[in-house]
Formats: sequence, C-alpha cells, structure tokens
Amino acid sequence: MSLSKIKFDKKIVLSFWIILIALIIAAPTILPVFRLNLLGRYLSLSIVALGVDLIWGYTGLLSLGQGIFFALGGYCAAMYLQITSSSEFPNNIPEFFALYGVEKLPFFWEPFRSPVFTFFAIWIIPALVAGLIGFLVFRNRIKGVYFSILTQASLLVFFNFFNGQQKLINGTNGLKTDVTQLFGQMVGSESMQRLFFWITALLVIAAWFFAKWVVKGRFGNILIGIRDDEPRVRFTGYNPVIFKTIIFSIAGGLAGISGALYTVQSGIVSPQFMTVPFSIEMVIWVAVGGRGTLLGAILGAVFINYAKSLVSEALPASWMFIQGGLFILVVTALPEGVLGWIQGDGPRNLLQRFGLKRKIETYPSLEVNNKEGNNE
Amino acid sequence: MNNKDLLNLIDITVSFEGFLALNKLNLNLKKGELRAVIGPNGAGKTTFLDVITGKVKPTNGEVIFKGKSLVGRKEHKIARLGVGRKFQSPRIFENLTVKENLEISVTTPKSPLNLINKSIKDEQLNEIDRLMKIVNLAQKVDSKAGSLSHGQKQWLEIAMLVGQKPDLMLVDEPVAGLTDEETDLTADLLKSLSGENTVVVIDHDMEFIRRLDSNVSVLNQGTVLCEGTMETIQKDKKVIDVYLGRPED
Repeated sequence: MSLSKIKFDKKIVLSFWIILIALIIAAPTILPVFRLNLLGRYLSLSIVALGVDLIWGYTGLLSLGQGIFFALGGYCAAMYLQITSSSEFPNNIPEFFALYGVEKLPFFWEPFRSPVFTFFAIWIIPALVAGLIGFLVFRNRIKGVYFSILTQASLLVFFNFFNGQQKLINGTNGLKTDVTQLFGQMVGSESMQRLFFWITALLVIAAWFFAKWVVKGRFGNILIGIRDDEPRVRFTGYNPVIFKTIIFSIAGGLAGISGALYTVQSGIVSPQFMTVPFSIEMVIWVAVGGRGTLLGAILGAVFINYAKSLVSEALPASWMFIQGGLFILVVTALPEGVLGWIQGDGPRNLLQRFGLKRKIETYPSLEVNNKEGNNE
Repeated sequence: MNNKDLLNLIDITVSFEGFLALNKLNLNLKKGELRAVIGPNGAGKTTFLDVITGKVKPTNGEVIFKGKSLVGRKEHKIARLGVGRKFQSPRIFENLTVKENLEISVTTPKSPLNLINKSIKDEQLNEIDRLMKIVNLAQKVDSKAGSLSHGQKQWLEIAMLVGQKPDLMLVDEPVAGLTDEETDLTADLLKSLSGENTVVVIDHDMEFIRRLDSNVSVLNQGTVLCEGTMETIQKDKKVIDVYLGRPED
C-alpha cells in the first residue's frame, strides 16, 4: 500500500465532488474579494506543489529550485499582458522601458504579442528549461544532496540574472500585471479576478488528475523504483536518466502554469519569485501535507498559505516561527505528512494510545490477509 | 574462445587506486551452462559481476557477450542485451507489491512511452502468473514486497531475474539466510533454469554448490585459480590451501 489506497464509497466520492464544485462556483459570492483573491493565489500555488510531490515524493528528487520554473511561467504571462497593453506608451512598448531609455523592444519580447504563443510558452518554456537542467544533472549521475544544492545554485543564478536586467525585463522591480488589459478588461478588476479564480480551481483539479495519471501504473512504479533503488532499476534495463528528465520536466511545466496563475492574481511578477526561502517553502507544503499523496501537496499548499496570511494579520512577525515549528513537528512526529499519517495507521494508533480502540490481537499481516480474502 | 561461447572474459584487470581487485582474469561460459563461482572473501567475486554488468569499467581486458564487447556500455544497455543480475542481499522494490515488482521486470520495451500510454500485455501477465507459481508467491500477489520474509524476497528477486528473460543470469549468493529446505528448492530452481539459460552462481555455501552439480571456478586474488567439477576442485592442492582448508581440519 505504497500510496495508501483507501477505498472510499462511491457515494461519498460523488457527494465530495458535488460539494467541491458547488463551493468553487459559490466562492466568489461567499468570500469577500480580498479573501477570494488570496484563495485563488494559494490554489495556484498548489499546482507547483503537485510538481514538487511528483519529483520529490515519488521520484526522490529534492529540488530547491522550483522557483525558477514558477517565475518563468509568471514572466511569460506578464510579458504578454504588458506588451498587449502598451499602445498608449511611447514607442508602443511597455512603460518601464522609457525609464531606462530603451526605445526598441528586446527581440525575445516579440513572440509574446501572440496569445497562442504565450499560452504554450507558459508551460513549455519552463518544462524545456527544467528538462535541459535535469538532463545534464541526471546524465552525470548527480543525486541526493548534490542535486538539491545544484538546483538551489541554479535558482540563485536565475535570480541574479533577472534581478540585474532592468533594460530587458525591468530587473528587481518586476513586471506589473494588475493595470494591464485582457479581453478589454483590467486584469486587476473584480470580474477578471473572479474569472481567474475559477480558471485556477479548474486547473488545480486538472493538474491533480494529470499527476494521478502520471503516477498510476507502471510509469509511476518506475519512479518509485528510482526513488528507492536506482541502480536496481538500471540493472533491470531501464534508463533512469530519461525517466527523471521527463518527470522533472513535467514538474517544471506545472510550476510554470502555477507561476502564471499566481502572477495574474497577485498583480506582479518579480525576481522575488526566485528567492531561496520561497522554493524551500514549496517543499515544506508538500512535507506537511504528505509526500507521495498528491492530494496532500494541494492541501498543504492551500492550508499553510492560508494559515500564513491569517497568522500574519493577527501576529505579524511570528509566522516564520510557526512555519519552522510546523516543519520540525512534521519531520519528527509525522514523517509521512498529515495526509500520509491519516491514510496510514495514524488515527488508529492514536485511538489505541488513549484506549479508545482495541488493539489488534492477531498478527497485523494476518488481519490484512483476511481483509483481502473477504474482498475477493 | 569459440562460437558456442556466450561470454568471454579476456585478461580482465580492475585496479582500484593500485589495488588489483581483478588480475588478468580469464573465464569462458558456454551457452546453457550452469557455472558456480566460489572464492574466499576479497577474491573479486562481486567485482567480477560488476565488470560484466557495466557497473565497473575494467582497467584492462575485454568482455565479449554474444560476440559484442560490453566494455564501456551503460548498465541498462547491457541489461537489455540480455544480462540479468540478482544482488547479494535481496534488492526488490519494497514499496511496490509483488505483482508490480514482476511487472517492472517482464515489461518490454522498457521505454517511458510504452509504460505511460499502454497497458501491460496479456502474455506478460501470464508470465507473471507463471513466475509467481514457480516461486510460491501466488498468494502474495498484492502484498507489499517489503512485508515478505527474507526467503520470499530472495525468491521474488530470482523471479524478477527470470522475468527479464536474460540469456545470462548472474546470481550473487542466492541462498544467504535461507533455510535448508529453501536452499534445496533454490538449487533445483537454478538447475532447471540452466540449459535454456546460462547461469552463473556465486556462493560460499559448499553444500549448495555441491547440489548444483555444475562446473566450478575458484577465484582467488582476482584471478581464476582452478576450474572443474566439484570433485576435481576438492582434490586440487592450490584450492585446498587457499579456500577449502585441509580435510583433517
């Protein structure tokens, strides 16, 4: 039961989905705009978390550089929005260029005039960059801690590059999107934000199903095999380099989509998306939610971020302590994460500890076998 | 070296920073042969397998398998050419079920595209059923491999090796930690595999090797000391000196 496949009743699953969809549709009317916008942002973060779960939870690749791909997706979206909304500015190029005396649009901005190109660029560019970095690293058999350090170093390289390029992409100030236009409406407007919320919610569900499809069956089993014993996978005739490159690239693409959705809802993309703490936080969401559970990654991202905003409003400056404490708690007490704990034997063990449930008297393996026998 | 040989190791030398793990080792295997390899600790038995499977590149020498050189090829390419390996301690995927473990081994082609968009072929499922019966794991199909006993893990790994359909099976200490009964069954299983497959068994257990009733190569200090049937080996003075100990001991 590697993924702790709890079998729920079909009716429960169906009613869960009906309630979920109803909540998504109703959310904009229930929640105030401010809260709705926050929820939308956190939902978009859960997509990058799904990618982290695919590469870390399933394949054992602890990347501390997912911020690169997240930011790339965000920049792709922001460049499109800026350039299509620049008609009233000098030279018909985004306003910030004038600050640095740039009169001609840098060449790489050109394709972003096209909405179709942008639509694909948001996920394909991060996926390609991830695939390239991944292939070079995996081919040289760099793994474990060295892989983590390398991804973090790449993150710093990207951060410094984006931070320093005022003339190309407005450097440290980033690209604003909230005052740009999309479909004749202001991106920061209430109606657009509502639309983005729904799109985000849909894409989270789509990304979740996609991730489930990826890890289902033999492909997913090879990923788990690579995580647990890579040389064994090699000697069985599989090339782990290809599998790792594919999954790292998928995680990069998901990060790009996540970054684009986050950008349009937060109103700006900047090199701050590529800071070291932010990429580490992504790992914490997955660790707390539950590695290798997919749903845990989504819940972890949404709840931790929501808690972050609530705590920060009430007790400013205390959030970092709480987040650190939460991480330590999970690592020491719930190594499988919250969802992993629930899906495993966690609740039963807890009840037993308080004497609320009888201990199993037979060998656990016997009980498991009996259950399986009954199902047949 | 002749055409009937499946594998030729020619003057293999492996040097780890000056230490010669293998020293001009020569060994030939015929198709369908069952060969036991014994030797004291540090004789180079595991390095010998590492060289064939591509984990270690020999400093000198040539490995010819089915007429092709294996030196410099990647591990997974060598595996696809038909070299299968069972490790010393059972190396199975403990977080996957018995069936999933076997699926990984019988699946062909082993490309990501095939794995992600096609379901497993019927003949491969039949093969899995057959393998599980051979190693008595049919009851455990959906159990996690990690929950198996040590002996069952050894057998699952042997089943995975067979499922790979290799022309050459390299089996490293298959009976370590098994009961006498399991040891006997393993010996019979390996004997039944030879003929169709070529099998190399590395082990310390003399009773087990005797039961295999095969040709034996004795390794010592990275080179082949002596080759022959168990009886010849036991009478060989050099072998007695380095490994078996004198009968009166």
